[in-house]
Amino acid sequence: MSEAVVSTRIRLARNLKDYPFPIRLPADKACEIVDKVGEALKDSDIRFHRIDLDSVSDAIRVAMIERHLVSPDFISAKEGRAVFLSDDNAISIMVNEEDHIRLQVIKDGFEPDEAFKIANEIDNILSKKLEFAFHKRLGYLTQCPTNLGTGMRASVMLHLPALEMSGAVYRIGANLSKLGLTMRGLYGESTKPAGAFFQLSNQVTLGISEKAAIENLRNITTQLIAQEMRARETALSKIELEDRIHRALGTLKSALLMDHNEAMTLLSLVRLGVSAKKLETLSTDSIDRLIVEIQPASIMTRFGEDLSPRDRDIKRAEIIRNKFE
Amino acid sequence: MLCQHCKKHEATTHIKTMINGEYAEYMLCPECAHELGYDQMFPDFSADFGGLLSSFFSNALPAISGAAHCGTCGSTLNDIKRTGKVGCADCYDTFFNELMPTIRSIHGNTEHKGKRPDVIEYTVNESDTSADKTAPAEDKINSLRAELKKAIEDENFERAAQLRDEIKELEG
Repeated sequence: MSEAVVSTRIRLARNLKDYPFPIRLPADKACEIVDKVGEALKDSDIRFHRIDLDSVSDAIRVAMIERHLVSPDFISAKEGRAVFLSDDNAISIMVNEEDHIRLQVIKDGFEPDEAFKIANEIDNILSKKLEFAFHKRLGYLTQCPTNLGTGMRASVMLHLPALEMSGAVYRIGANLSKLGLTMRGLYGESTKPAGAFFQLSNQVTLGISEKAAIENLRNITTQLIAQEMRARETALSKIELEDRIHRALGTLKSALLMDHNEAMTLLSLVRLGVSAKKLETLSTDSIDRLIVEIQPASIMTRFGEDLSPRDRDIKRAEIIRNKFE
Repeated sequence: MLCQHCKKHEATTHIKTMINGEYAEYMLCPECAHELGYDQMFPDFSADFGGLLSSFFSNALPAISGAAHCGTCGSTLNDIKRTGKVGCADCYDTFFNELMPTIRSIHGNTEHKGKRPDVIEYTVNESDTSADKTAPAEDKINSLRAELKKAIEDENFERAAQLRDEIKELEG
């Protein structure tokens, strides 16, 4: 399963009963909520550090998106917004994004139960000090009605190169809403994802318990992976694809300029080759980490925020060459 | 032990709650747990997602007449329709009827199932309910009997007769 599943994420949306939702929240009240959440988190055994959005640079804000720690929507405004991160960055708590609290737990591989367990524990700790907006019939109240009920979004990040090549992934994606799920490309433009990475999540949150939603996600993920594996077998039986995989590795090892899209496409091919045991090079885990490292803002936070796109492409090629050496 | 609510039936559901900072523990029988809203937190997945709409706000809300504000945050129904965002927790009560069709079309469902903030830990004593699990018909008959009892108490004899027949049929 780990060949096609990169990571699992559980996200819980919560709001405080006594404050208007973020769309109607004055800045001073927003800061008050950040402080309250910080105070409540002190009861946890896990150590969190607080990052106020207005205290960090643009590149760091974008780099947090690339690491999936915060959402693009979150950094669209700075005032009264903060994120609490655990030391290992596996847990992030966004305050005053679309809801007062967006608690997120990320685990490598397919671990929805473990991720939910952690999220649930932190939610329990928060709810001891904070009174959440809850409606007997509608469940946890959220700013957008799409999150009512459990407020939980369970997602898996999938690598589906074979289904992407055949175009099947787009047909499947269009039919998922009937099952209460949704799928979108993770990198690149929404119409043409870079590198065949997709995020599958539950769409429905009201009238379905956390456990049932996770079970549903697990069933569909298992089926999708089975289809991906069958498609891989067919695709890899031809020498043309194997040739592309080997060429991809050759290019990654020796290119001097590498833009984001090309890097994602080639790394996706190499990841496919490694998991199908057609190549012996970096492990899929190392490739997944490398993918995060070569995102634009991650390069900028490491090597300087004044890097031009061209300089970034040079740096990117260098990072990749060193990794594959 | 006996249910702390009805004090008649065997308690199988253990609930720990935190209400207004006050910690409390209850042992309840399945009927009382259901009645008090502490339903099986993790029921089997059987939701029907037919008719789910993705672009919901554009057409699901009715045309706005009048200018009712939410007394807490000042949002109007028009604000909510325009932004797709609800102003505060109380808006859901203020505009309950107006929002309901939209909520139904998004989720295909309007009754929350799952975690509740006042229940810190929720465990169902599996061994005590295992007998019921092997005999789902027995389970159904018991719940119908409870309903029958209530119908008689409420002097709803028409419903009671109906229930009596259903029980007879199940018992064969």
